[in-house]
Amino acid sequence: MGNAALFVAVFLACAVEAVEALTIVLAAGVGRGWRSAVTGLIAGLLTLAVIVAVAGPAVSAIPLDALRLVVGALLLVFGLQWLRKAVLRASGHKAFHDEAKAFEAALAAARHAPGRSAVLVPDWYGFTLAFKGVVLEGLEVVFIAVTFGSNQHDVGLAALAALTAVLVVAAIGVAVRKPLSRVPENAMKFVVGVMLTAFGMFWAAEGAGAHWPGADLALLVLIPAVGLYALLLVALFRRGDRRSAVGADRPTGTTP
Amino acid sequence: MIRRLRAFGAFWYGFVVGDDWRVAAGVVVALGLTATITRITAVPAWWIVVVAVGVLLASSIRGAIRRSDQPAAPR
Repeated sequence: MGNAALFVAVFLACAVEAVEALTIVLAAGVGRGWRSAVTGLIAGLLTLAVIVAVAGPAVSAIPLDALRLVVGALLLVFGLQWLRKAVLRASGHKAFHDEAKAFEAALAAARHAPGRSAVLVPDWYGFTLAFKGVVLEGLEVVFIAVTFGSNQHDVGLAALAALTAVLVVAAIGVAVRKPLSRVPENAMKFVVGVMLTAFGMFWAAEGAGAHWPGADLALLVLIPAVGLYALLLVALFRRGDRRSAVGADRPTGTTP
Repeated sequence: MIRRLRAFGAFWYGFVVGDDWRVAAGVVVALGLTATITRITAVPAWWIVVVAVGVLLASSIRGAIRRSDQPAAPR
């Protein structure tokens, strides 16, 4: 149960962020030229790899109780943020994330920005757009993968889930060469929000010294219970007129 | 320099705390209460986080809906 849930949570979180990063890199490539966009993509991935190489061993060296308290609290805050937005979207109070719309907005901004070249980079704007997109979208995933892996004592599995998600999204992106607007991104974000919240509750309470009834088996109750509660909130706050949903997502950023 | 430091701080605030600081504060309070109860009593304390998550999520969503429903202030 633990390892399957670990794989699913990291895979989905990583896939969602990879879809958003792909949209930004595509906009940078189409709007400003592929050489700068691909250089920015590679630089972003290298930066994330360095962060994993530094953070992974550092996180693993922290005593388990302290790790579970701090990491559980952070995962819980992240999870509640993801879940809050997912419930607001599903109940019609926030616009659904639309990759096609995000792509058009980023492309329009890229086409109108002034050009400037730098060392090794023919277009600085295209490079920074792709670099920031990859790093900002990837940072939260790196945190989730490293902390989930450390808590479950299986960083390798978390890394495999993250890598699989990136490769799947990249392969589909190369094949279709347009934003992946048909991916059920909002439903995936809902599931990730539920997983992060449930695991965050479990680890943070254990780190604070509490003992769950049934120990690890409590997760089998917590995950569906959080999901059902979120669905209940969707039903409770559902808005009749979805056209008035406001607050379209930004094309970049770390929030889900 | 100060502008960059501010931007750096704003990024990490947004990354960790997010849109609603009350959620982060509520999580910290709930965990502090859990740690205190487990240290000074033998009463089970796992339920505190469950109750806190239920209340925080519902109140944060309700607050966001209220804010989005409010008409813009006249200039």
